[in-house]
Amino acid sequence: MAADKARTQTIGAVRRTFAPWADPAATPLIRFENVVKRFGAFVAVENLSLDIYEREFFGLLGPSGCGKTTLMRMLAGFEQPTSGRITLAGEDISGIPPYRRPVNMMFQSYALFPHMSVWDNIAFGLKQDHLSKAAIAARVEEMLALVKLTTFAKRKPHQLSGGQRQRVALARSVAKRPKVLLLDEPLTALDKKLRDETQFELMDLQMSLGMTFLIVTHDQEEAMTVADRIAVMNQGKLVQVAPPAVIYEQPASRYIADFIGDVNMLETTLVATGAGGCELASPKTPYPLRLDQSVEAHAGDTVWLAIRPEKMRIALEPPADITANCLTGVIWDIGYLGDLSIYHVEMPCGTRVKVSKPNVSRLVERPITWEDKVWVTFSPDAGVVLTS
Amino acid sequence: MAMAGEKGWGRRFVIAVPYLWLLALFLVPFLIVLKISLSQDMIAQPPYAPVFDAAAGWAGFKDFLSQLSIANYFYVLSFDNEFIAAYGSSLLIAGISTALLLLVGYPIAYAMARAPKGIQPMLLMLVILPFWTSFLIRVYAWIGILSPEGFLNQLLDALGLISEPLQILNTDLAVYIGIVYSYLPFMVLPLYSALEKLDGTLLEAAEDLGCPPAKAFWTITFPLSLPGVAAGALLCFIPAVGEFVIPDLLGGSDTLMIGKSLWTEFTVNRSWTASAAVAVLLLLLLVVPIVIYQNLQARELEAGR
Repeated sequence: MAADKARTQTIGAVRRTFAPWADPAATPLIRFENVVKRFGAFVAVENLSLDIYEREFFGLLGPSGCGKTTLMRMLAGFEQPTSGRITLAGEDISGIPPYRRPVNMMFQSYALFPHMSVWDNIAFGLKQDHLSKAAIAARVEEMLALVKLTTFAKRKPHQLSGGQRQRVALARSVAKRPKVLLLDEPLTALDKKLRDETQFELMDLQMSLGMTFLIVTHDQEEAMTVADRIAVMNQGKLVQVAPPAVIYEQPASRYIADFIGDVNMLETTLVATGAGGCELASPKTPYPLRLDQSVEAHAGDTVWLAIRPEKMRIALEPPADITANCLTGVIWDIGYLGDLSIYHVEMPCGTRVKVSKPNVSRLVERPITWEDKVWVTFSPDAGVVLTS
Repeated sequence: MAMAGEKGWGRRFVIAVPYLWLLALFLVPFLIVLKISLSQDMIAQPPYAPVFDAAAGWAGFKDFLSQLSIANYFYVLSFDNEFIAAYGSSLLIAGISTALLLLVGYPIAYAMARAPKGIQPMLLMLVILPFWTSFLIRVYAWIGILSPEGFLNQLLDALGLISEPLQILNTDLAVYIGIVYSYLPFMVLPLYSALEKLDGTLLEAAEDLGCPPAKAFWTITFPLSLPGVAAGALLCFIPAVGEFVIPDLLGGSDTLMIGKSLWTEFTVNRSWTASAAVAVLLLLLLVVPIVIYQNLQARELEAGR
């Protein structure tokens, strides 16, 4: 228990203060400089620049076909950029073949060698470096212990479960202690429970090995959990690069707000904006909408108000002295998820908003039910005003 | 189980068809050949004795059994005759041919498996295309190519590379050329099917772990194609051991192969019984690689599960 606690504190200490991207003096480990990748007429990556720092757990997130895998494969050396430069620790790696890059990859399919035992799979990369037999054996044993597969060393991949195979793939890819570990959808093939556990194990591993991890995923929850920073990609471009909380709470555009998590998006007209905040108007509600944010737009412009379902309150009675930030409607549908319920409220204009509410009590005297008339309110800091 | 009993007849019939086929067209002829190999030559019709007579009853059957002997096997396996040398020479020629087939077939199969997906069916077609022409005609064509006044010698002469024709026809070299040419599809197709299903990400993973592509071929591609190598080698080796047409047409008088010896024993010496013994021994000789092949296949099935 004590050791556990000490470990948590270390992770906490590192995680709390780790933000090299905010330090202008820090030199990035990996730099993508104006990288373009075309496959024939198709542009997979479009003039992309990105810095990734040492010891960072970096997530590349986006829908399939957005170019995230191509970006990773260029770093591994399987694809060459059409133009632009990729540097690793200051060195241009464009001409270096994959087998000479200090970068290892964990493949989505795991790509374990079916004719080799677990032991030989993990030893494969070490053998290429012509290490001594004793050094290889020591490292393999260490890796087997790390992924808790010591007793499975002699098995062939087809004699393992999916979770065990995933661990072998992970052990094989970190065995050479690469400068950067690339993880291509590493957890997609696992079931939900195992995936959740493995996410935290990955974070621990990254912390204890002190490596830079680059994970590619289409699963936003996975990216949010493991990554220090996330780059959201769409159609070959970076849409936003920021820590998970910033991506979620301060999305840069409607695309991001919509892509990450659930969001209610209201099209509104900007009435006034200033240093203290802004006021929006919508025909959907008679109340004015007042927010803490100052918006870079002019009065009369169309802007969008994005509010997460968990940031709104729902009540059966009209709240006392409400003058702003209130929507009314009837319950159109309820999603009961156990820990929380999601209420779909239909406003008189027909637009529906989602409000989630934790089920803090087991027994509620008068639960909110279908067809109820409800009042939905939110505070001035609950929503984000987006101009694009 | 009751269900199986009710539904079983149709299913049993379907399963029985291949068994009946094997019984009628393999086991029964084999038993006839086995019986002849245990008989003695006679100048009669049929040219061997004893002849099984079902009408003679149990006593007749016992009499029939008592007349069978393994004398023919002693004759065939005696060092005074050329059969043992012919078996050995056949195994050697088949073995060398199989090795040559592997050397020629592997690069072809590899190139096919690595070709763009769109043209692979066409390449497959090209490999199978020679089967459209009769095997015999194709072997005769090689006589036209290899003979002293054939195309090859004319070409080399025209190019000024030779001053007198090369003697290729009627040598062991011509036999090797004939076998490699004729059996190539049987080597290429299993190799192609093994290489084609090889997961390309395995090679990427090997390269990612520091293994250059040429080395990855020997550590990843080749070991994973071994089932195809085994299938192709046995598909070529087994019929090549018993090959008759190619050594007869392309080989020389000193080319010793068991197929030719059998033919001589049957047609020139007119000994049905000794040639039957040669055939049975050849079969026993080939059962060994077949059993090895089946073991390999069983192991592959096991691994695939």
